[in-house]
Amino acid sequence: MAEEILNVENLFVEYSNVRGKVKAVRGVNLKLYKGENLALIGESGSGKTTLGTAIIRLLPSSGYIKEGRIVYKGNENGYDISKFSEKELRQFRWKEIAMVFQSALNSFNPVLKIWDQIYDTARSHGLNNRSLVREKATDILRYVQLDPERVINSYPHELSGGMRQRVLIAMSLLLEPKILILDEPTTALDILTQRNIIELLRIIKKDMGLSMLFISHDLSLAAELADRVAVMYAGAIVELGGVEDIFYRSRHPYTLGLIKAVPTVTAGFRELYSIPGSPPDLISLLPGCKFAPRCEHKEAGCENEEPLLVEVNSGHLVACFKHKEISNGR
Amino acid sequence: MEDRAIIRLEHLSKSFTVRSGVFGGRKSMQVIGDLSLSISEGEVLCLVGESGCGKTTTGKLIVGLIKPTSGKILFEGQDIWDMSKEDFSSYRRAVQIVHQDPYSSLNPVHRIYNILSAPLFRHGIVRSRGEAEEKVLELLGRVDLTPPEDFIYKYPHQLSGGQRQRVAIARSLTLNPRFIVADEAVSMLDVSIRLSVIELLRRLKEEMNVAFLFITHDLAMAKYFGWEGRIAVMYLGRIVEIGPTPRVIENPSHPYTKALLMAIPEADPRITRSKKPMELRSLDIPSLLNLPPGCTFNPRCPFWIEGVCDKEVPEMYEPEKDHYVSCFLFRGK
Amino acid sequence: MRIKNILRSIFLEPLILISRDKAGFIGFIVLLFILLLSFIGPYFVKLDTEVKLDKIYQFPSREHILGTDNQGRDIFSQIVNGGKDVIIVAFLAGVISTLIAVTLGSLSAYAGGVTDMVIMFITEIILTIPQFPLLAVLSAFVRLTNPTMLALIIGLLGWPALARAIRAQVLSIRERDYIEAARVLDLGRLHIIFSEILPNMLSYIVISLIMAMTSAVYSQVGLIMLGLVPFYGHNWGLMIQLAWTRGAIFYRGSIFYILSPIIAIALFQWSAVTFTRSLEGIFNPRLRSGE
Repeated sequence: MAEEILNVENLFVEYSNVRGKVKAVRGVNLKLYKGENLALIGESGSGKTTLGTAIIRLLPSSGYIKEGRIVYKGNENGYDISKFSEKELRQFRWKEIAMVFQSALNSFNPVLKIWDQIYDTARSHGLNNRSLVREKATDILRYVQLDPERVINSYPHELSGGMRQRVLIAMSLLLEPKILILDEPTTALDILTQRNIIELLRIIKKDMGLSMLFISHDLSLAAELADRVAVMYAGAIVELGGVEDIFYRSRHPYTLGLIKAVPTVTAGFRELYSIPGSPPDLISLLPGCKFAPRCEHKEAGCENEEPLLVEVNSGHLVACFKHKEISNGR
Repeated sequence: MEDRAIIRLEHLSKSFTVRSGVFGGRKSMQVIGDLSLSISEGEVLCLVGESGCGKTTTGKLIVGLIKPTSGKILFEGQDIWDMSKEDFSSYRRAVQIVHQDPYSSLNPVHRIYNILSAPLFRHGIVRSRGEAEEKVLELLGRVDLTPPEDFIYKYPHQLSGGQRQRVAIARSLTLNPRFIVADEAVSMLDVSIRLSVIELLRRLKEEMNVAFLFITHDLAMAKYFGWEGRIAVMYLGRIVEIGPTPRVIENPSHPYTKALLMAIPEADPRITRSKKPMELRSLDIPSLLNLPPGCTFNPRCPFWIEGVCDKEVPEMYEPEKDHYVSCFLFRGK
Repeated sequence: MRIKNILRSIFLEPLILISRDKAGFIGFIVLLFILLLSFIGPYFVKLDTEVKLDKIYQFPSREHILGTDNQGRDIFSQIVNGGKDVIIVAFLAGVISTLIAVTLGSLSAYAGGVTDMVIMFITEIILTIPQFPLLAVLSAFVRLTNPTMLALIIGLLGWPALARAIRAQVLSIRERDYIEAARVLDLGRLHIIFSEILPNMLSYIVISLIMAMTSAVYSQVGLIMLGLVPFYGHNWGLMIQLAWTRGAIFYRGSIFYILSPIIAIALFQWSAVTFTRSLEGIFNPRLRSGE
C-alpha cells in the first residue's frame, strides 16, 4: 500500500475531572497514508474528537496523553509528536498538520477582520512578509470559491456559515500542510452548503494530494469522501476498513447498527433498526467488550475479555469475537 | 377533509422588527409570508427546510407562543387569538411542543417527578402525591424509560440526551394532547439513539391518534417518519411544495426540492457518490431583510424565466392530485 | 429515608463540594472563624476599656496578642468586639438591596413595556450618582443613630447594578425551552416565576447577596472612618478612625493598632469573596454528580 504519513501507536488519552479519570482514547493504533481520506466515525463520547485533537496536540487543559506515540513521517526522519514541546509544536502545527474545527463561527475572533486573522495565523507560524501572505491568501480564497477582496475586508459575522467554513478551510491550507484534520466539517451547515463544502474538499484532495482525516458522527460524510473508515466506540477503534468494506461488508454489530439506524432518501425503504441502550460511562468502564451490553450477538465470553482488532480481510479489521457469524445483510 | 382539520393556518405571516446599525432605523424582517395549510386529526405533516426558513417560527405560532403579524391560526375552526378563556385553555392542553435541545428543555433544578407532575396538578388530573406518582410512573413507562422507578426521582443532568428527550416527550403527553409540534425533536441525538425516539413517536401517534407537525431539516427522517402523511417544503418563509410524502420524495417538482434531494449526502457510498448535484445560480441565501421580488428562489434557480419569476409571485399549482407546487413551471398544468 | 436524603443534599454534599475547591474551602474556614470570633467571641473576651498609661502602644505579647492602643487597651479585645456591628449592618444592607433588586429586576423583565422603561430609568439615574459622596451628604442630614438606620441607607442605594443584572438573567431564562414548555402546558404565570425562573436564579441571588454585603462593609467602614457617622459603640471602622485621628500613623509603635482592623476587614472581604466563588460550583447541579 501507499506510504504512511502518520502512525498513531497504542495511544491512550485521559481527562481528569471531579468524578475521576475519563478514559477517552484507549489503545488506538491507526495509520494514515499519503493522499488518502480517512474518516473517523463515532457518536458523542466515542473519543473521535479527542483522538483528532491529540494528534495535533490541542487537547483541553484537563486532557493528557497517558501512553503511546504519534509518529509523523511527513519529513525525512519522522518524529514523535506526543513528545513535542510547545515551541516545537508551534513550528509543527499548520505547517505539517492543520485542523479545521467544528464550529465555524466560534473559531473566529468577532472583532477582527478576516484579513487580520489570516495574517495573525501566518505570522505566528513564521510567515512575516505581509505582501506575500496577502498574495497567498488571495489565491487560496479564490481557490475555495470566495471573492478574496470582499472576504478579506469582512468581519466574521458578515459571512454566511458556508463562507466561514470555506475561509477556515482556506486558512488551514495557507501553510500547505501535508495533513488536514477536519472536525465535523459539514455539521450545522445547510444541505446545499454541505454539498458545496463536500465538492470543495473533493477538489482540494485531487489538486493537492494531501491526507485528510475527517472526524464526524455523520455516516454520510464518510460515504461521500472517505477511502477508509475507522469506527470508534467507547474510546477504541472497533472496525477499520475500506469504505465499501464498512458500508457493505461490515462485520461489527455496532457498525452494522449505525448503518441500519440511518434512513436514506433516494434508496427505497430499507429495514431500519435501532441500537438499544446507550454508550457506556468512560469513567467506570466494565471489563470485556464495551459494546456487549447493547449487542444482540452477545455471548457469555464477551463480557470477560475485550476483543482486539483482527484482520478479516485484506485491510479490514474488526474487534469482535463473533465476526465470523456476522455479515452485512444488505 | 376540511371539517377534520384540527389546526388550520390562514394567510399567516410573521414579521420581526430589527434595528440595523447604531443610527439605522428599524426594519421589518418577514420570517413567514402568507402561509396557509391545514392538518387533520391524527395526521403527520413534515415541515422541511433549511435553517432560517421559518419552520421553527411556524411551530411557535401554532402552539401560540408568539402572535402572528397577520392571518389566523384556527384550532377546530376557532381563531386561537380570539377565543374565550376556557376555549384557549382547552386549546393549550390539546396542542403541545417537543423542543430540539434535550439539554435546555428540562428545568435543571427539578426532579423528573416535579417536571411531569406540575401540569397534572395544575389541570386537576391528579389530586394527591400518590396519584401523581402513579401517573408519572405510567408516563415514564409509556416513553420506555424502564423501570420507571429508576428515573422518577432523578434530575435531568443525571440522564443521557436520549433519556431527557423521552422525558420531554412524556411531558408533552401529560395533558393527553391531540396535536404535537415536534421541532427537530431528534436532530441533536446520537445516531444510534435517534431512530428509537422516532419509533417511540410513531408508536404514540398510533396509540393515541395524535397529529404531528414534524419540523426537520433532515429529509430522510421526514421520509421515514412521515411516509403515510405529507411533506411541506419551506423556503424563506413560504411553502414551495406540499404533497403526500411518497409523491414529494419520488417526484419532487419544485426546483428547490429537487436541489435539496440531489444534494443530500447519504449514508451509502455508491448512491451518494453517483449523485449529480444541481448547479445553482448562486450559493448564497438572500437575506430576510431584503427578499428578492417575485419567486424568492429565482436568484438561485437554474430554471428561472426572466421577466416572470423575478416579477410575479407564483401561486400554488396542483400538477397532480393533492400535490401542490409554487413554481411557474407548473402554471396551467 | 427521604428526610435523610434531603439533609444529605442540603448539608453534606455542599461541604464535600466545598472541600474539593481548596481556595473556596480556606475562604469558608476563615469566614466561619471570623463569624464565630465576632458573634461568640465577645462572651469570652470582654472589651478592654480601662486606660493603662503604662502600657501605651505595646507590641504583641502573650498578654496582649495584638498589642495595645494609644491608651494602653488590648487591641485583640477590640477586634473581637468590633466585628458584630459591621457584619450585621452589612448583612442587613445586603438583604435590603438584594430584595429590592430581585423584585424590581424581575418585575422589569417580566412586565416589559412601560413598567420596564420606568424601572430601568430610575435604576440608571441612581446608578449614575456617585454613591460614596451621596452617602456622605446623606449622613450629614439623616441622624444615623443606630446600625439599622445605616443599613437602610446603604441598602437603599446599593441595589441598581444588581437589579440590572437580575433583569438580564430573567430575560435570558425566560427564553429557555423549559419556560416555553411551561407556557404551552398552561402552568400559569406565578408557577413560571416562582417555580421555574427563580429557583434557577437562587445561586445567583445568594452570591449577589454576599457581594452586596462586601460592598456594604466598604461603604460603612468608609463613612465611619471619615467620621461622617456619629457612631456609638465599638467597631472596626471606629478603630481605624480613632487610630487615624489620634495620630497613629505617626508612631511606629501604633502599627498594630491601625493594621489590626484593616486586616480584619480585608480578611472578612477576601474570605467572603472566595467562598462565594466556590458557591457557584455547589449550586450548579450539573457539577453535583457522583450520585
